[in-house]
Amino acid sequence: MSHISRGFRGRRRVPDAEAGRLPPGQYLTEGFPVLSAGPTPHTPLANWTFSITRSGATKGSWSWPEFQALPAENVTVDIHCVTRWSKFDTGWRGVSVDTLLDRVEHDGRYVMAFCDGGYTTNLPLDDVTGGKAWVAFDYDGQALAPEHGGPARLLVPHLYFWKSAKWVRGLDLRDTDQPGFWETYGYHMYGDPWREQRYAGD
Amino acid sequence: MAGTALRGRLTWQVATVAALTRETASVCTIGLEPPDWAGHRAGQHLDVRLTAEDGYRAERSYSIASAPGERLAITVERLDDGEVSPYLTEDLEVGDKLELRGPIGGYFVWEPGDHSPLTLLAGGSGVVPLRSILRYRLRTGSAVPARLLYSARTLPDVIYHDELGQHHDGVQVSYTLTRSQPPGWTGHTGRINADLLADVAWPAAANPVAYVCGPTSFVETAAAALVGLGYPPERVKTERFGATGGP
Amino acid sequence: MEPLDGNAIGGLLIDVFGAEMTGVIGTCGYCGDTGPVAELVVYRQAPGTVARCRACGNIVMVFVKVRGTTCVDLMGMASLGQPGAA
Repeated sequence: MSHISRGFRGRRRVPDAEAGRLPPGQYLTEGFPVLSAGPTPHTPLANWTFSITRSGATKGSWSWPEFQALPAENVTVDIHCVTRWSKFDTGWRGVSVDTLLDRVEHDGRYVMAFCDGGYTTNLPLDDVTGGKAWVAFDYDGQALAPEHGGPARLLVPHLYFWKSAKWVRGLDLRDTDQPGFWETYGYHMYGDPWREQRYAGD
Repeated sequence: MAGTALRGRLTWQVATVAALTRETASVCTIGLEPPDWAGHRAGQHLDVRLTAEDGYRAERSYSIASAPGERLAITVERLDDGEVSPYLTEDLEVGDKLELRGPIGGYFVWEPGDHSPLTLLAGGSGVVPLRSILRYRLRTGSAVPARLLYSARTLPDVIYHDELGQHHDGVQVSYTLTRSQPPGWTGHTGRINADLLADVAWPAAANPVAYVCGPTSFVETAAAALVGLGYPPERVKTERFGATGGP
Repeated sequence: MEPLDGNAIGGLLIDVFGAEMTGVIGTCGYCGDTGPVAELVVYRQAPGTVARCRACGNIVMVFVKVRGTTCVDLMGMASLGQPGAA
């Protein structure tokens, strides 16, 4: 029986009526922890583009003004990080990935999100379409802060939050599912928090 | 040497909290009695692990404040948004148990066999391992001359102020207060910079070794300034703490 | 969240290597810079722990704790000295 620290509870709070909203093994947090594997990129908006690519070719690309001119949505979602913290009712504004893909000819069954700083993460195309994913540029009513992925990040709330790639610059369409950054180091290829798919083999 | 012996020293053990000393409004020194402590070197740290009743765990590292040979102690600064430090500085009581492992660190350590003049630069709670070094220097009767420059927000934020004021043994202590100063303050003000270090640190010609500890931004500025003053980079040892808690 | 340095992963390195490693000299596989592990730029808050070369910023070490076992990837290191040989 391992040691218990008298009176220690930690930062989390235990939801009562909302217990069904918390995936297995998660804790609720009031903060918004900043998790990163490298320095915060600072791409000037004048240089920022979001692209859909396929086999080395660009199928569609938007500059920041072009991106801002697209129809955007406000969404309120729960988010779940693989490090076990969850946050309910987070408010975002972004362009649905459906909106982007509808504007380009596309095929493929998977995408690899690519980002400033070199981060990548892989997702099935099905999981970024059908109203399940956005490229988000506002959080909580304000421009997304750089340490939280600004100017824009991917938002895919039904999967663990490492799939919601910060500093996203595009999606590369693929025929096969290839591991992105954390997936290469042992994290799950899919990452469903409700089936607790944290690591490969879960 | 050491693979197996080290592994034995690095298993978690449950220490008893033997003493609690409030150093400043937000800083507390915790005296510890671990059942199986193999000793430590000045500048090392240990890991603390807290476990809640439901199994939730949090782990943090804290520099050892005591000198080798003294009762083990760590000094912890309460971070406003911290998870572990509020527990350690406010909830812990003498007689409680604390799970820890260590000692850890072989780079940011000082031994009295090194006769180089010491330049010690502390940013906020970065003073803790440097205090261990100074206490060890005193305990061993070392004659190595030392200069400590301690950067803190305000005078009440200075940890170990009385103890540091008692050095008359080849240790020069100076302070720079970055946020506010008491009336009549004759020490330095403002954040550490190359000019201040040119004044206060050992000149490079003395072949000193430097230990720089504190928040990352403090360490980067201070270490770069020392290199700019001619310190060889390998003679500037650095240890970066998590942000906040510094000037 | 500012990065730390290799001192912050001293315990992790002992877990993985069974020896004190912060004073060990590593060589970056990307730019050839050498220096003690203690001086690597360390990001600890991610799903894993990442250590980057201070000179070029490329990743030299990645630690991920998978189901209680710490896995380490050192492919970014060209070499890592013997423990104890600082």
